[in-house]
Amino acid sequence: MFQLLAETATQVPTQGTHPLVVGLAIFVLAVFVGFEIITKIPPTLHTPLMSGSNAISGVTLVGAVLASGAEQTDLATMLGLLAVIMATVNVVGGFLVTHRMLQKFRR
Amino acid sequence: MNQNLIDLAYLAAAVFFILGLKGMTKPKTAVRGNLFGAIGMLIAVLVTLFAQGVVGYGVILTGVVIGSAIGVYIALNVKMEQMPEMVALLNGLGGAASFLVAGAEFWRASSAQGVDAIAATGLSGLIGAVTLSGSLIAFAKLAEFKFMKKVKPLPSQQVINACLALFILLLLFTLVARPAQFTYWFLVLSSFALGAFLTISIGGADMPVVIALLNSYSGLAAAATGFVLNNSVLIIAGSLVGASGLILTKVMCDAMNRSLPAVLFGTLGPTADGPSADEVYKSVKSTSADEVAMLLEVATRVVIVPGYGMAVAQAQHAVRDLTNLLKSKGIEVEFGIHPVAGRMPGHMNVLLAEADIPYDLLKEMDEINSTMEQTDVCLVIGANDTVNPDARTNPSSPIAGMPIINADKARTCIVIKRSLSPGFAGIPNPLFANQNSLMLFADGKQAVADIITALKEG
Repeated sequence: MFQLLAETATQVPTQGTHPLVVGLAIFVLAVFVGFEIITKIPPTLHTPLMSGSNAISGVTLVGAVLASGAEQTDLATMLGLLAVIMATVNVVGGFLVTHRMLQKFRR
Repeated sequence: MNQNLIDLAYLAAAVFFILGLKGMTKPKTAVRGNLFGAIGMLIAVLVTLFAQGVVGYGVILTGVVIGSAIGVYIALNVKMEQMPEMVALLNGLGGAASFLVAGAEFWRASSAQGVDAIAATGLSGLIGAVTLSGSLIAFAKLAEFKFMKKVKPLPSQQVINACLALFILLLLFTLVARPAQFTYWFLVLSSFALGAFLTISIGGADMPVVIALLNSYSGLAAAATGFVLNNSVLIIAGSLVGASGLILTKVMCDAMNRSLPAVLFGTLGPTADGPSADEVYKSVKSTSADEVAMLLEVATRVVIVPGYGMAVAQAQHAVRDLTNLLKSKGIEVEFGIHPVAGRMPGHMNVLLAEADIPYDLLKEMDEINSTMEQTDVCLVIGANDTVNPDARTNPSSPIAGMPIINADKARTCIVIKRSLSPGFAGIPNPLFANQNSLMLFADGKQAVADIITALKEG
């Protein structure tokens, strides 16, 4: 374990911030933004919120595009293709069904 | 495309996601909010297509076309009653996509990845696989597949789960210490088993909590994948969803007076040897549709408390007709919506909105409870545990302390129910035998239709 930590430490560039730290900062701040906004959403809209935020979590599609679009045509591409299909179902299905549901709340 | 430009575009996408969620705070702006979310996604995906190293457009296009076709088909054909199943399924797909992406990245660049990226890969595999299998089990339970009735947790399931969880942690450390393809996929497989085991032992009444929690996991899996790829938009969107799911999980737990560990590990509240059903139901009075119509005729304020039973009986459209009829007679009608009415957070609101019942008539539990004493008739349709006064008055009841809708405080309470059978909590409900309660034993849809006929004749 200590060895691991030491390894991590040696990877840190001597100047500038380690990408992991930047990522963690973004993560923590986004969680706070999430908490602030979501607590204001009325229970009436909790189901559309879930399907809508679910569609947003399909953002992993971005990763899937990167994984399947790279040059090799090996297992990584196949995994990427599978991920693109699943993430697209999540994104398209999620936003569309949320839209359908919210139409009913317009009146 | 310049990496800085790509990152700026990702930032724009993240802003759209946040604006989209903000739009959800009001029904009037919610449609626009959802559109903002979709725009954010479009920006993120289009920009990624121009990123360096993306050359296999054929593969991507194939995947997007197949995925879109499936997505559009299910989104347009799912019934509003089936929303919990749909959300469970989508959660699972999101989790699966995340661990596949992490796996693909690991396959491609295992030697070049730093310790932090490999740790994130492991976490993505763990959370993603738990989300997938948990969601599939939740889906099967919600869809009431017959074979799910035969699937029972193993004896000493808790011990097995704990051992499995420890084993997975060990795999995670092994993966970081000695990155190997086998270790990653073995970790995914073990996590898949853990997710299934954890969800199998969770009861039907706790499903709203499970769906909310899996929603949170699907976001966290995306965030973990963001750490693998060092991709800001994945981290931001993933953590927003993670936070959202966590809040809904807490709302659901509070509404059932259950702690999250109690839901996850299937421990029940204080088990009381309460009075038997026969004892409680000694003085139950039953009534007829005609009598209910007469009571409604002279009322000035009516509160309707729907439960999942109403949706099962497909009574929401009849309830809308009754609401309109009562309002045309100058009677004030409002709905009291318990947070766990339905099978996922906010489900009842969607079902009522689908039947064209205006959402401003739908009141939250606290709001409706403050007006219950001024209510002439409270009509309970297909609800049981959420109106059980034992939660308020009997400290040894399994549901003691659970917030309920105070249907018993209305001047007259009419309960439409097929029989005196218990709800999810499996306990008798003293409300049914209350002095001011009347039972209308019938199918929800038929009963409401009969009341409407009686009102029109009378």
